[in-house]
Amino acid sequence: MKIGVFVCHCGSNIEATVDTAAVARIALTYPDVVFAEDTMYTCSEPGQENIVQAIKKHGLDGVVVASCSPRMHEPTFRRTVERAGLNRYMFEMANIREHVSWIGRDREANTNKAAELVRLAVEKLRRDAPLYAKQFDVTKRVLVIGGGVAGIQAALDAADAGIGVVMVERESTIGGKMAKLDKTFPTIDCSSCVLAPKMVDVAQNPNITLYAHSEVESISGFVGNFTVKIRRRATYVDWDKCTGCGTCTEKCPTKNVPDAFNENISTCRAINIPFPQAIPKKATINPDYCRKIKEGKCGVCAKVCPTGAIVYDMADEIVEEKVGAVIAATGYDLMDWTVLKEYGGGTYPDVITSLQYERMMSASGPTAGHIHRPSDGMEPRNIVFIQCVGSRDCSIGRPYCSGFCCMYTAKQAIMTKDHLPDAEAYVFYMDIRAPGKMYDEFTRRAQEEYGVQYVRGRVSAIQPTVRPDGKVGYIVRGADTLLGKQVEVDADMVVLAVGVEGSHGAGHLAEILRISYDHFGFFMESHVKLRPVETNTAGVYLAGVCQGAKDIPASVAQGSAAAAKVMALFSKPKLENDPQISLVDIKRCVGCGKCIKVCPYQAIEEVDVRGAKKAHVIETVCQGCGLCTATCPQGAIQVAHFTDNQILAEVNALCQC
Amino acid sequence: MKYAYYPGCSGHGTSVEYEASTRAVCNALNMDLVEIEDWNCCGSTPAHSVSHELSAALSARNLLQAAKTGADCVISPCPSCSSNLKMARWRMQNAEFKAKTDELLDAPTPANADGGADLMETYSVLQAIVENVGVDAIARRVTYPLEGLKVVTYYGCLLSRPAKVAQFDDPENPVSLDNVMKALGAEVLPFALKTECCGAAMGIPDVNIPGSLSGRILDTARAVGAEAVITACPLCHMNLDLRQRQAARISGKAFFGLPVFYYTQMIAYAFGLSREAMRLDKLAVNPYPLLDKIAARREARMAEALKTAGAAS
Amino acid sequence: MNTIRLDKARDPAFKRQVEKESGQNLSLCYQCGNCTAGCPGAQVYDRQVSQIMRAVQLGLKEEALKNRSLWLCLSCSTCSARCPNDIDVAAVMETLRMMARREGWVQDRPIESFWKAFLDTVKYTGRSYELGVMADYMARTLRGWGNLEIAPMALRKNKMPFVPSVIHGREEVARIFKRYAEKRS
Repeated sequence: MKIGVFVCHCGSNIEATVDTAAVARIALTYPDVVFAEDTMYTCSEPGQENIVQAIKKHGLDGVVVASCSPRMHEPTFRRTVERAGLNRYMFEMANIREHVSWIGRDREANTNKAAELVRLAVEKLRRDAPLYAKQFDVTKRVLVIGGGVAGIQAALDAADAGIGVVMVERESTIGGKMAKLDKTFPTIDCSSCVLAPKMVDVAQNPNITLYAHSEVESISGFVGNFTVKIRRRATYVDWDKCTGCGTCTEKCPTKNVPDAFNENISTCRAINIPFPQAIPKKATINPDYCRKIKEGKCGVCAKVCPTGAIVYDMADEIVEEKVGAVIAATGYDLMDWTVLKEYGGGTYPDVITSLQYERMMSASGPTAGHIHRPSDGMEPRNIVFIQCVGSRDCSIGRPYCSGFCCMYTAKQAIMTKDHLPDAEAYVFYMDIRAPGKMYDEFTRRAQEEYGVQYVRGRVSAIQPTVRPDGKVGYIVRGADTLLGKQVEVDADMVVLAVGVEGSHGAGHLAEILRISYDHFGFFMESHVKLRPVETNTAGVYLAGVCQGAKDIPASVAQGSAAAAKVMALFSKPKLENDPQISLVDIKRCVGCGKCIKVCPYQAIEEVDVRGAKKAHVIETVCQGCGLCTATCPQGAIQVAHFTDNQILAEVNALCQC
Repeated sequence: MKYAYYPGCSGHGTSVEYEASTRAVCNALNMDLVEIEDWNCCGSTPAHSVSHELSAALSARNLLQAAKTGADCVISPCPSCSSNLKMARWRMQNAEFKAKTDELLDAPTPANADGGADLMETYSVLQAIVENVGVDAIARRVTYPLEGLKVVTYYGCLLSRPAKVAQFDDPENPVSLDNVMKALGAEVLPFALKTECCGAAMGIPDVNIPGSLSGRILDTARAVGAEAVITACPLCHMNLDLRQRQAARISGKAFFGLPVFYYTQMIAYAFGLSREAMRLDKLAVNPYPLLDKIAARREARMAEALKTAGAAS
Repeated sequence: MNTIRLDKARDPAFKRQVEKESGQNLSLCYQCGNCTAGCPGAQVYDRQVSQIMRAVQLGLKEEALKNRSLWLCLSCSTCSARCPNDIDVAAVMETLRMMARREGWVQDRPIESFWKAFLDTVKYTGRSYELGVMADYMARTLRGWGNLEIAPMALRKNKMPFVPSVIHGREEVARIFKRYAEKRS
């Protein structure tokens, strides 16, 4: 074998603390190495051309590049050696930047370590074999989980490209959080007015199959070929018959059901349609409150329904769909702000969340758009908004900024002055984060045009008090750090800009999807800057706040981006697998089945080989994780390109250094 | 061009050298100055600190007196006076303000088409020299260039501020004095404290305020290598020159020994005007050693030039 | 200092009055602090300019008016020059000083006395007269002795004439002061 070694300076990134020329000289002493040199920027076009020429000139059949992390440039150099006629797997990388030059200053020690890492790579390369990808068919349909604005955008864009879309929505209507909003910043246009047409498009697009009131039960398969089981939760109403006329919701005698769509500031009936523009506009019975379902008495809705759609004994149903890709767009929920006892922890009726306030200001909300405080219906004169409730607060384990609260608080303060011109709006803030287009101007308008009182400081506590007139007031005690003073406001109502976290149940879904998620329920993207839409599981993409706090424009943009990723994936007639996968040595396999049990991808099946049970790897399903290799008691199952022999050779080389 | 001239009170007291050199330089530059008859104090900072109307009324009387001269505009060497006169005219463009101010005067000010007061415009003498005469004309007139003299120019607060009223030079980095000094042959050093406040008249109630502020200005001037400070303001001059020892003491520095000249004194010197046109004797920090140095440099250069000329012939 | 009750202590009329008298829109101030950053008086202020601006924004009259800073302001206008929102901060300071005087909240008697001494000189002679102002001020306040340090030099250089310059129209000037005093009372 003839091996060439290229040691990269990476400008001064490596050369400053590693003698790359010396590393190249040492490399020439390693077995099979016939060519070695140091180069300024190996990844540059001339750098790559240099490798191609060296392969041709010296007849190399393997190449080692000692430079940065393989996460950066392994694909680059694999294409380079391929251009020169080698198999792309006849290439190894030694990371002498992140693992050497950036972490130590001792040039001599660094040079030695770099040479050792090159030696490992050479020993591994000597045992590499050419690998070839397999091709497989793709199901050109996409599953969109979540029907908020991000999911809606992704679904519509994919459907427009002729891709079949399966949308699964947990609630009985799509629209997500945006459907609950009264107005949107920075234009103060009506939220449902801009969202409703998109929701209608989802309902009417022949390429979109919508499962509302449903959840993803399980997913199996792999990129291009997923099988999804969807649980359609019982609605107790036959939606094929329901016309959404609403008669049942008027006649239902059970009136004390917390109205989730209205953020529980009001009640609804046990049979309910969340809001007038709901898609689908169908009634759903809440079995926890329905007298007929609980006690067997009542049945009013069935009596009044003009189409006979009520089905009290309906059960959940599992449906199966085949898709080639998945877009998770599950959005967010508010963090549990009741942990903040200093703000009443949810016990003061007039201390509400901004989403609740949003419903209060909405014409379709429980107060028909009139601002009345919950406790006594009084029209508030002094309203205090508190930002960063559960954001940027390490004391309750919430270190991050929720991104859009500054903006919606400004919007709500403006809307407050719009609804109640004589009222005073106070906003307690730490910083105003308004980096979007026309955003800072918007927060300035709140102050300059609408006279909203912005107070720079946190609120330490909210203390209820009874005023001389017998009404309840809330002493909001905070600081004005600009004034350098402690300040107080006797507020009639307090609106908390509560921080966001991943949607409830996001962690469970992440495990079903085999993607990573963080402490706060946000799904992990593949690369925070360069792959913000992809996950580390092929064929699973992210859109909207499920990936991290973002506002409507950013969610819509990411929805479109995820759809574009799916289109690119589906644009190929067939997909190729990564050939770095497990292979079974039939002779050694004893058919114990342990590998089948540990495989997280169901990629190993049991087969009968001349009457004996053997394991068999489905090549297009295996992700090359190596769990089976570590588990196999016989050493019969090996991951190509990472065989035991290769790893032992590396260890051996290291021990000889 | 004919100018209604407003000397300002300090011209009779603390800044007689400024007054003398201004008149001499204007004369040399063919600027026709007609002193405003029986002018009164503009009220300075105390007046506008107490009442804008009072301040405007005091200035308005002067501007009305000025109108009698038949000149084109008013000029004053003092930045504070010219600022007050400008400000009064600017504020009295507003009819409501004019009405309130008129109530303080013997007779109302004449009105313009917009209902504001029709009053003469005021410029600082520096502005008139730079904009109407031009630095080129100054350069042409120089007979005794300020050979190699390293100076910093100190404008103070009011020459170019507030910008909307002053309408002159750059409010953050004014260069008019620099250009004048360069025309005279001096080397103008970059100086970040050109418009930093010197402490103004706060010295009367509390010497520590101008002491520390002026101390910083002088210390920085010395640090950048200045041999002299050039100013255009009587109050600044008092703080930097007359109070220089005090400033050094209060700011905890050794005595700076930096001569502080009015730019008009420098023009007069370079033009070769009379001793009476400069009144260098009025300066608190002795300027003569520095002026001797300039003269020596000039003589050395001329001797060199003569030698070269002689060798060539 | 006591906690400020924003809902009670705030006086929007006060803010409007300051805006009217100064001609400035206080809502434009976003509290960047640049006025304080450049203020030559900051070292002796008991409340910084940006804090005073903040107090006016909130309509906190006493916070804005009861401080020495208004008297220590040098009227240099650096704050106005540096304001990113083009607020004439110096005009606001001046307005506040006048308002404080009207309220009888003069916080620095010596400086007020200096101005009074200065204006009295103008009132009686039509011009200002340094020696007279200084003597009047020292007599009123028994302060200003620091200036004696420069007196010998000033006298030696004959920079402070002993005889005031009196103008013919001094009575006309005196009438301006008289009308001003009448209007104020």
